[in-house]
Amino acid sequence: MSMAPNPESEAAPVVKEALLVEMRDICVAFGGVHAVQNVTIDLRPGEVVGLVGGNGAGKTTLIRTLSGAHPADSGQILVDGQPVAIANPREAKALGIETTYQNLALAENIDAPANFFLGRELKTRTGSLNDAAMESTARKVIGRLNPNFKNFKTPVMSLSGGQRQAIAIGRAIHFNARILIMDEPTAALGPAETAQVRDLIKQLKSEGIGIFLISHDIHDVFDLADRISVMLHGKLVGTVNKSEVTTDEVLAMIIMGKLPGEVSQRELAQLHG
Amino acid sequence: MTQVAGEVRTPAPPQPVWGRVTRQLQGVLQRVKSGARTMEIDFRLTGMILALIAIWLGFGYASDGLFLTPRNLYDVAVQSVPVAIMATGMVLIIVSRNIDLSVGSVMGLTAYMAAMTQRIWLTENLHLAYGSWEIWIAAILVAIVVGAVVGGIQGGLIAYIGIPSFIVTLGGWFIWRAIIYKIQQGQTIAPMDINFAILGGNLSSGSAISSAGGAIGFWPTWIVAILMCAGIAYALITSRRKRREYGFPVRPQWALVTLIVVGCATILYGAWVLNNYPLPPGLATQYATLHGITEPAGGLIIPVGLAVPVLVLLGIALVMGYLATRRQFGRYVFAIGGNPEAVTLAGINTKRIILGTFVLMGILCAIAGCIQASRLDAGVTSTGTGYELLVIAAAVIGGTSFAGGIGTIQGAVLGAVLMQSLKAGMVTIGLDSPMQDVAIGSVLVFVVGLDTLFQRRAK
Repeated sequence: MSMAPNPESEAAPVVKEALLVEMRDICVAFGGVHAVQNVTIDLRPGEVVGLVGGNGAGKTTLIRTLSGAHPADSGQILVDGQPVAIANPREAKALGIETTYQNLALAENIDAPANFFLGRELKTRTGSLNDAAMESTARKVIGRLNPNFKNFKTPVMSLSGGQRQAIAIGRAIHFNARILIMDEPTAALGPAETAQVRDLIKQLKSEGIGIFLISHDIHDVFDLADRISVMLHGKLVGTVNKSEVTTDEVLAMIIMGKLPGEVSQRELAQLHG
Repeated sequence: MTQVAGEVRTPAPPQPVWGRVTRQLQGVLQRVKSGARTMEIDFRLTGMILALIAIWLGFGYASDGLFLTPRNLYDVAVQSVPVAIMATGMVLIIVSRNIDLSVGSVMGLTAYMAAMTQRIWLTENLHLAYGSWEIWIAAILVAIVVGAVVGGIQGGLIAYIGIPSFIVTLGGWFIWRAIIYKIQQGQTIAPMDINFAILGGNLSSGSAISSAGGAIGFWPTWIVAILMCAGIAYALITSRRKRREYGFPVRPQWALVTLIVVGCATILYGAWVLNNYPLPPGLATQYATLHGITEPAGGLIIPVGLAVPVLVLLGIALVMGYLATRRQFGRYVFAIGGNPEAVTLAGINTKRIILGTFVLMGILCAIAGCIQASRLDAGVTSTGTGYELLVIAAAVIGGTSFAGGIGTIQGAVLGAVLMQSLKAGMVTIGLDSPMQDVAIGSVLVFVVGLDTLFQRRAK
């Protein structure tokens, strides 16, 4: 059983695969509420780390410090082993960190290409928006993710959940993401679209992209993640290798905050009422 | 009322008359819209143009042609300008989910500052000769700088401190107007500099630049019209060609040709009407004596042509339209209206964009203020009183949504012209001033009502 809440305690392997991201002792408080307390997690290239926990466990808040949406109060973030300061989303993107948010973070009133390139517009020599070039790229990238996508000139508010997700994921991967944060990527999707997103995650993983996958669907996480980090009440319960645990053991971590070694058979049985 | 949209497919149960009427109205709108889609034209904008034509023809008929005389149309155009200029800025403010209630007061303050600059500071204090060219430039610059600073203060408080724009600009509505009284005890400052007075479009303001005072005259009007036609054709054709190069769907060729022909015909007709407005006889005589021309028997016929303020408005509408649709700034303004959080998460500094919209608004108020001071030939404390509501109404009639994210510059300009046409039209048929306000208020509610019905159907 290898639990590694603290990477320092591991016996140094001969060839240790370089860590893509390390988040050390991250703390975030809102007013007097400690939303995230001393959490340490990491991510390797080509790896999917599932971040799970109940509502209000602090998953999204933790990950927002990495995407630049909200700075951490204390703690350290290392990318490729180098300490970095991420003050805003622009700086995160400059480091190759892309995020798809749970609410998809799309501007409802503008079309798919405009959302795709929001903040990174292609421009002509005179500095005007090059809408034709943007539409062309958006058609290619989004069309690959979702061949049924046709409405490139209508406001995204009229699109389905899956189409909107294609825009959000398309723009995250198009700009050479090395680190991808996906916050509840399948929450708004039907079964077929969920399967599509799962395939996509496997493909991105094979291309060497590191993915933080936030979800409260434990089956999603078991299907896709290599390691699972569990949070409860703003604290990290622990990080486990998926191959070494059962879903019940992860459920016990989520609900009771107990690591697989600490939990009794009776408690596991009680999970199922 | 809410059940109307839901009932579209259910077999008709007995309905109240009102429900049937709204349903049929929605059906008609829907059919017109699908026609507009084939031509890729803005359905709502086309509707407004048609409504405007109907209003003009209606008043023309009701007033025995008085409304449609070139002279009246010239006045309607000139009188629409200050509201139209400010409405172009108000569109961006409302689109990004803010409001500016101070525009009337800012317009008044900047107009007064422009008047002070030319009548007092430069001439009385610095002893610059009347009519020297520096005067009108300095007056306009002072107004623009004051407008930008005022807009910057308000925008800064809204964007960086987070005070609601309604509150900040309501405060501004009081403050900027009050400051006028502190500058020169609120005295009326008149008359305006001879060159500055061209800006207002008054035909009596004789100047060296043009034969017809505040208008540009016969040939320049034709040149402007032809340039506009060429511009429209060029823009439509290049954008079609570009979309074609990328293999995107384009509008059919006949639609392209129709659009160009209709657009150009409208512009050329407008130029022809304006050039059929001769300088009134008294002014023509004045002009003749001034330039040592002997008047022919039938009197001197000097076509007036396009008014200078209308030319300024066309320029501003072009620039604002470009900013709103072709630049990152405009794209972000609209995106903020759709989902401010998404824009922030995309790494965009939304505060700077909001600040920018208010600075721009202040500058537009200043330009409107200069035109108004020039039109009145005076700087007076009451300039722009009540304009904030006219400007907001023009933007809303033009299709700007208070929910944010929706609006067009052309729509706002048309909204201002439509409102002024109603006002002027009712004057020509002898309706009194309270009735004019009743009509404008009704149109505002009616138009927004149509939008609401139509959007419900579209969902």
